[in-house]
Amino acid sequence: MMQERTLNALVLAGLIAIPLFAYVTDEPFTITLATRTVILAMAAVGLNIALGLGGLVSLGHAVFFGLGGYAMGLLAYHAQTYTPLMEVPFLIEGTKSMPVIWLVAVIVSAFAALIIGYLSLRTSGGYFIMITLAFGQMFFFFAISWSAYGGEDGLSIYVRNGFPGLNTLDPIQFYAICLTLLAIVLWFASRLACSPFGLALNAARQSPDRVRAMGLDPFRLRLVAFVVSGAITGLAGALFADLNRFVSPAMFSWQMSGEIMILIILGGTGRLYGPVLGAIVFVTLEHTLGDISDYWLIFLGLLLLAVVLFAKGGLIGALSSRRTAHG
Amino acid sequence: MANAVLETRNLTKSFGALQVSKSISIDLLPGEIHAVIGPNGAGKTTLIHQICGGLRPDGGTIRFDGQDVTGLSVDARAAAGLARTFQISALAQENTVLENAVLGAAGAKGQGFRMFTPALERADLVDAARSALERVGLLDQQSRLVSELSHGQRRQLEVALALSLSPKAFILDEPMAGLGTEGSKRMTAFLNDLRLEAPILLVEHDMDAVFALADRISVLVYGEIIASGTVDEVRANPKVQEAYLGEAA
Repeated sequence: MMQERTLNALVLAGLIAIPLFAYVTDEPFTITLATRTVILAMAAVGLNIALGLGGLVSLGHAVFFGLGGYAMGLLAYHAQTYTPLMEVPFLIEGTKSMPVIWLVAVIVSAFAALIIGYLSLRTSGGYFIMITLAFGQMFFFFAISWSAYGGEDGLSIYVRNGFPGLNTLDPIQFYAICLTLLAIVLWFASRLACSPFGLALNAARQSPDRVRAMGLDPFRLRLVAFVVSGAITGLAGALFADLNRFVSPAMFSWQMSGEIMILIILGGTGRLYGPVLGAIVFVTLEHTLGDISDYWLIFLGLLLLAVVLFAKGGLIGALSSRRTAHG
Repeated sequence: MANAVLETRNLTKSFGALQVSKSISIDLLPGEIHAVIGPNGAGKTTLIHQICGGLRPDGGTIRFDGQDVTGLSVDARAAAGLARTFQISALAQENTVLENAVLGAAGAKGQGFRMFTPALERADLVDAARSALERVGLLDQQSRLVSELSHGQRRQLEVALALSLSPKAFILDEPMAGLGTEGSKRMTAFLNDLRLEAPILLVEHDMDAVFALADRISVLVYGEIIASGTVDEVRANPKVQEAYLGEAA
């Protein structure tokens, strides 16, 4: 058994070494897979703040993933067609600049999380799962019926958006952007987990009465966590759309929400690197087993079952030694 | 009384046809321990819930520290300085003793929403937490998980968390529960000092502790205060002997 820190460092080292090796040996597809891994991991790190620390089982995080995706899609679509996004009451033009798109994705998904959280955090347990699922479906069907932006067919963006000083069409450079963002998000999540807010959120999951008796409102703690969580997943959504140069309602689907959650459960709920390891295993299985059989999800299901039944704390918990999930 | 720290006036509460609080008026004066006793099902916990804000009374008012808090939430009352302990320990079990105490300090200082600095690197929070732990004698247990603590130690931690609020009044719900003779004695001595910090409204079954500590006792039977006064007055009260002490003695 190794320390969880050591394991985390190994995971991070792998995320640096493997794509570099693929770059040297000229295997761009491996780099694309790694990019997909890193982006899905980021989406799940976002959800992990709500799920792992806050105990909020949101089955609607695809909303934020999709909003991030569509923020990118809409802005880039209007930039590539040279049409304004809107003219009244004021002019908003499209853009192909990644930093601007990220900012919009984060703001839009944070705002959506504020509204959805405000309404759904009044419930808990099964009701919370159902209401977040319902919001997800609302956005899904809205995207399908919004024919101005491709409806069911989605939106294709022909050229990947730009980042100052980098060639984002080069897989390794785009990967570097995504990995850097993931590292920042992980750093932030690790600070948050042991901050007073993280402690309070964690305590609100274990004993809401205790938190109230300390003068803190569990609802507000959870709402803030939900917003932070949604914003991070939204950022991942914008990157995901840029990776594929395509957005479609599938990003809003409940299967997407489930997939993000599976990454966390696989890797370790509440563990900082749980979502990252989960995403690595998920994408690896998807690629290797997906080649062998169309029914590869059966094997994923078996693995998930084994992890849930036998590994407390997910794969991170099984591979490392630490007494609790937090701290 | 004008200078009461905490005061309820004509508090009423019903669950359906069952009236659990019948016009309850009690107050808590500076420096005193006011014990509320009564047989099981008398409505003591319901009374505490109303005072702390978890339950809305159907009628009546609650004043705390000079303001009407009847409409305030639990957390708003706690932030105003009303500290409570729970009958059944309510703690973050997966966290360490120190983390729990730091959370208390963060809540007390209104810093529960700071998310960029690790709580254990905040010297002011850690110092406040350690001094609260030291006062209840738990400092040597600070890095243990709450789930590993004994029942008595959890009761101590409950009190430490209440202390960390720097409260204006304590509401203690059966702090002696499950402590054993020796533990009860120590807790009694501790509470005797605690009253210097802030007055205590004490709900307790342990009569030895109540008689040793209380300046005043109110006896609650079927949602009604049937007697209120000093220890001797209450002991001598025939209604109390009949309704409560009589059956126990």
